[in-house]
Amino acid sequence: MARHHEGMRKERLDRGIKVRSDGVYAVGSWREMAFLLAPRLVLILGLLALPLALAQAPYWQKVLSIICIYALLAIGFDFLAHFVGLVSLGGALYIGVGAYLAALLNTELGLPVWATIPLATVLGGGVCTLLLWPCLPLRGVYFAIVSLMFPLLASRIIEALDVFGGTDGVIGVAGFPGVWVEQYLLVVCLLLILFGLRRLVNEDVGLVFRGVKDNDQAVKASGINITTFKALGVFIAASLGCLGGAILAHIYNWAGISQFALDFSIIPIAATVVGGGGTLVGPVIGCLILVPISELLRDFGTLRIAVYALILMAFIVFKSEGLMSFGARKYNQSESWVEI
Amino acid sequence: MEILVYGIINSVTLALMALGFTLVYGVSRLPNFAHGALYVLTGYITWQLLNRLGLPYFLAGFLSLALVGGVGALMYHFILERIRGMAISEIIASYAIGLAILEGLRWAGLKGGTFILKPFIEGSLNIAGVSVDYQRVLAVVLGAALVGFLWLFVNQTRLGLALKGMAQDERAAMTLGIDSDRMAVVAMALGSIFAGVAALVLMPLGSIIVESGYQVLILAVAVCIVGGLGSWTGALLAAFVIGFAQILTVSYLGAHWQMVVALVAIILTLVLRPSGLFGKQKELEERV
Repeated sequence: MARHHEGMRKERLDRGIKVRSDGVYAVGSWREMAFLLAPRLVLILGLLALPLALAQAPYWQKVLSIICIYALLAIGFDFLAHFVGLVSLGGALYIGVGAYLAALLNTELGLPVWATIPLATVLGGGVCTLLLWPCLPLRGVYFAIVSLMFPLLASRIIEALDVFGGTDGVIGVAGFPGVWVEQYLLVVCLLLILFGLRRLVNEDVGLVFRGVKDNDQAVKASGINITTFKALGVFIAASLGCLGGAILAHIYNWAGISQFALDFSIIPIAATVVGGGGTLVGPVIGCLILVPISELLRDFGTLRIAVYALILMAFIVFKSEGLMSFGARKYNQSESWVEI
Repeated sequence: MEILVYGIINSVTLALMALGFTLVYGVSRLPNFAHGALYVLTGYITWQLLNRLGLPYFLAGFLSLALVGGVGALMYHFILERIRGMAISEIIASYAIGLAILEGLRWAGLKGGTFILKPFIEGSLNIAGVSVDYQRVLAVVLGAALVGFLWLFVNQTRLGLALKGMAQDERAAMTLGIDSDRMAVVAMALGSIFAGVAALVLMPLGSIIVESGYQVLILAVAVCIVGGLGSWTGALLAAFVIGFAQILTVSYLGAHWQMVVALVAIILTLVLRPSGLFGKQKELEERV
C-alpha cells in the first residue's frame, strides 16, 4: 500500500452524518437516528434472532449458550482490564465459583433455578472479591500473576480436601424448564449487561474507574479510596463471570473442577483482543467468532487452545486495536489519500 | 535432618526454576509467562533427540539448550519486541506463546508416563542418615554452579556488565552505547537456557508432563515476588524460604498443600512487605 502512495498521507475525517448525530439534534432526522441506531439494532436483533434461527440445530443452540457465557466473562475481563486497569488472567475462578455456588444452593438447599442464579451471581461476586482482596493494591503484572494462580489452586484444593464432591463434582443440579428459557435468559442478560455497563462507564463512577487505571495517585489525592473502587470493579467483573458459571451449572446439570479449566481463562482474553479492548461490545463479537471456531476444532483436543493462543498473539502484535475499533472507524470516518 | 536435607534440595530446585524468570524480568522488565513452557519444551526436545536420533545424553542436552535459547531469542525478537512497554500486551502475548507451546505439545502426544528422561547417575548417597539419590545431589551442585556462573558472568564479562547496566538504568545504559533491544534478546536467550538447564536437571526426577509447565511458572513467579522482582539475591533467599516452607508443610500437613504454600507466601509478602525481601523502593512504586 505505502509504496503506491509516495508523498501522500492518509486523511481521516469524521463523516458528516457522524458529526450531526453526535449532538442532541440527531433526533430531528430519521437519517441521523438510523445512523445511530443501525449498529445497535443489528446487534440486539441479531442476538435475539439467533436462538430462533438455530431452532433446527440443537447442537448449535448449545454453542450459542456457551458463546453467551464466554461473552459475559469477556465483557468482565474487558471492563476490568481497560476501565479499571486490572488484568485478570484467571477468569476460570469466576466461572468455577459461580457454578459451584449455584450447584450447591440447588442440591443442598433445594432452591429453584430462578433463586440460585441471582444468589450465585451476587454471592459469587462477593466471594471472588474477598479472595482477591489482598491482591488489589497490586498493579499490572503482579495482579495478573496472582489472579492466574487462583483457578489453578482452587481445583487443587477441591481435589485435596475432597469437598463438594471432590473430583466427581456436584451432580444432579436442576436444569432449565426449557431450551428457550435458557437461551433467552442468557441473551437478554447479555444485552442488558452490555448496555448497562456501557452506561456505567460513562457515568461519574466510570470516570473514577478510568482515573484509577490511568493515574491512581491523582485519584488518591482527590480523597477517593482506590482499593474500594478496584474492589467494586472486581466485584462487577466477578459477578458477570459467576452469572455465567451459575447458568453453565444449570445447563450441564453439574458443577465440577473442569469449570476451573484454562479455556475459561484464555478464550475471554482472546475474544477481547480480537474484538477490540475497551469497547465492551468487542468481546461479544470476539466470542461470536472464536467460540464457533473452538467448537469446530473440538476434535483436535487441546490443539484448539494452541490455536487461540496463536490467533491472540497475531492480533496483539499486528492488529492490536481489534475488530470493533476497526469497524467503528470505518463506519464513522471517511479515509482518503491526500498530497502532503 | 530429613527436613534439612530435603529442604535444601527443594530450595535449590526452586532457585533453578526462578533464575531464568528473574533474569529476564530484571533486564527487560518483561514478565516472561512462557517460562514454564520453555522448561517443558527443553525436556521434550531432549527426549526426542535421545530417543528418535539416539544422540548421547550430553550432546542431546546441549543441543536442546541451544535450541531453546534460540526459541527464546526469536520469540523476543519477532513478537515481544514489538509490544515492549505495553504491560497488558506483554503479559497476554507471552502467556499466549506459552500456552501455544504447552497445549501444542500436549496435542502432539506429550502425556505423563511415556516421556521419561533417565537420571544422569543412578544410585543414592547417604547424607547424615538420609538417603538421597545422586540426581538430587547433582541438582544442588549444578544449581550452585549456575548461580556462581551467573555471578561471574554478570560481574566479570562485558556482556554481563551490559546486562547489569540495563537492569539498573536502561536510559543511562543506552547513552553508553548499549543496544537495549539486543541486550534484551540476549537476556531472553539466557533466561530460556536457564529454564532449559532446570528442566534437564529436574525432569529425570519425574516424567515430562505439560502440567509441570504451569507449575514451574507459578513457582518461579512466587519466588520472584517474595524475593522482590528482578533482585537475584532476593530470589535466592526467597527460594530457600519457600523451599523450606513447602517441605515443612508436606511433612506436617500433607502433600496436597504444597502448592498452596506458594500462594500464601505471595499474599503474605504483598501484604506485609510489598517490595519483597530485597526489593527496592522503585519497584515498590510500580507495584502498589
